[in-house]
Amino acid sequence: MSAAVLPTVAGLLAGGVPTSLTDAGVMSSGEQVLFWTLGPVMVLAALGLLLSRKAVHAAMCVVVVMISLAFLYVAQDAVFLGVVQVVVYTGAVMMLFLFVLMLVGVDTSDSLVETLRGQRLAGVLAAGGLLVVLAGVIGRATFGPAVGLTEANADSNPVALARLVFGQYVFAFEVVGALLVTAAVGALVLTHRRRLTPRVTQRALADDRVASGRTLAPLPAPGVYARHNAMDVPALGPDGRPLEQSVPRVLRVRGQEADAAEYAARVDRVLSGDWAHATPAAPATPTPAPPTSAPPTSEDRAALGTGPSDDDAARGPARNASATEVQK
Amino acid sequence: MSVTAYLVLSTILFCLGALTVLLRRNAIIVFMGVELMLNASNLALVTFSRLQGNLTGQVLAFFVMVVAAAEVVVGLAIIVTIFRTRRSASVDDVNLLKS
Repeated sequence: MSAAVLPTVAGLLAGGVPTSLTDAGVMSSGEQVLFWTLGPVMVLAALGLLLSRKAVHAAMCVVVVMISLAFLYVAQDAVFLGVVQVVVYTGAVMMLFLFVLMLVGVDTSDSLVETLRGQRLAGVLAAGGLLVVLAGVIGRATFGPAVGLTEANADSNPVALARLVFGQYVFAFEVVGALLVTAAVGALVLTHRRRLTPRVTQRALADDRVASGRTLAPLPAPGVYARHNAMDVPALGPDGRPLEQSVPRVLRVRGQEADAAEYAARVDRVLSGDWAHATPAAPATPTPAPPTSAPPTSEDRAALGTGPSDDDAARGPARNASATEVQK
Repeated sequence: MSVTAYLVLSTILFCLGALTVLLRRNAIIVFMGVELMLNASNLALVTFSRLQGNLTGQVLAFFVMVVAAAEVVVGLAIIVTIFRTRRSASVDDVNLLKS
């Protein structure tokens, strides 16, 4: 399209705007070229609006039609309207359409199921009838030779238009201003949403967090050991006990964390003092602690508040509880 | 070539816009069809203004543009409101008044 339009535009610029009609009231040849270039483009774009499945493509087709119309306005001595066409229609109205398209959802394509039987046929017939009527009116009317606007536009087109708008039609102009204000207020009222629930502020969120008694600080990171450096290894607390919370919740739910009982058993062995004699073949089995070192170990457990952590049967419910909490 | 060629083009565009309004179901595309019809009538008004040699037609086209802008604002607000409540922009789904 642009390749065809560019020479026309260049011709327009070189020879001045060929808007002056000839004496017989017909178009000059430059205007004819412009018309026959833009006319088919506009009709094709209008067909694109009718036939395109996606709403965005339809909107782009309408933009093409409107910009071409602006060209035709300028060619027809309506310079002001041409500029307004670009600014208001393609600049504001079509962008508003695109905004609403993005808001409503771009990928909502039209359903092609005919819900009303015979609607398509009736629509085509009605539009065809309209076309026949309009063509008949235009074909039968005698317009006489076109006068042209050179005389009316003697003081340039915007000045002449302003004389009319602010003179003869000033009341209509003010009414239209009131209409615009009403439309703006109406759009505000229509899209206004009443808040159904009280607004949750940052302060309310923070208060809830403290009142609920959850951990306020971040959870401890997974453990880093001399031999293990992985997400599934629990960290050791200040007392040397593994912290089950430090393993990510997803791993705990899946049951993929390293066996915390194994580390608890190791810690127990270290605390009991016989870590040097433990056989490396069976580190996972909890070593029964000697009775001499039992009191400090149970104290540790009491301080942690986690119960006998080296007992798998006792840890079972805790693990299940965390899993159900996640599922909630 | 006479100026009435513009009128023929305007007629074709108007009928295509009317066809869009009659056949499409997406409310936004129907709205664009209305815009196309308004633009076609504007083209006819500008052409008539040139035929008659006075600018009243252009003033009328200017007012049509302003009214079209107001209409688009309210219409799109209505479409957005309907989409919020019905989750659809299809004109077929707006049948709340149907018993």
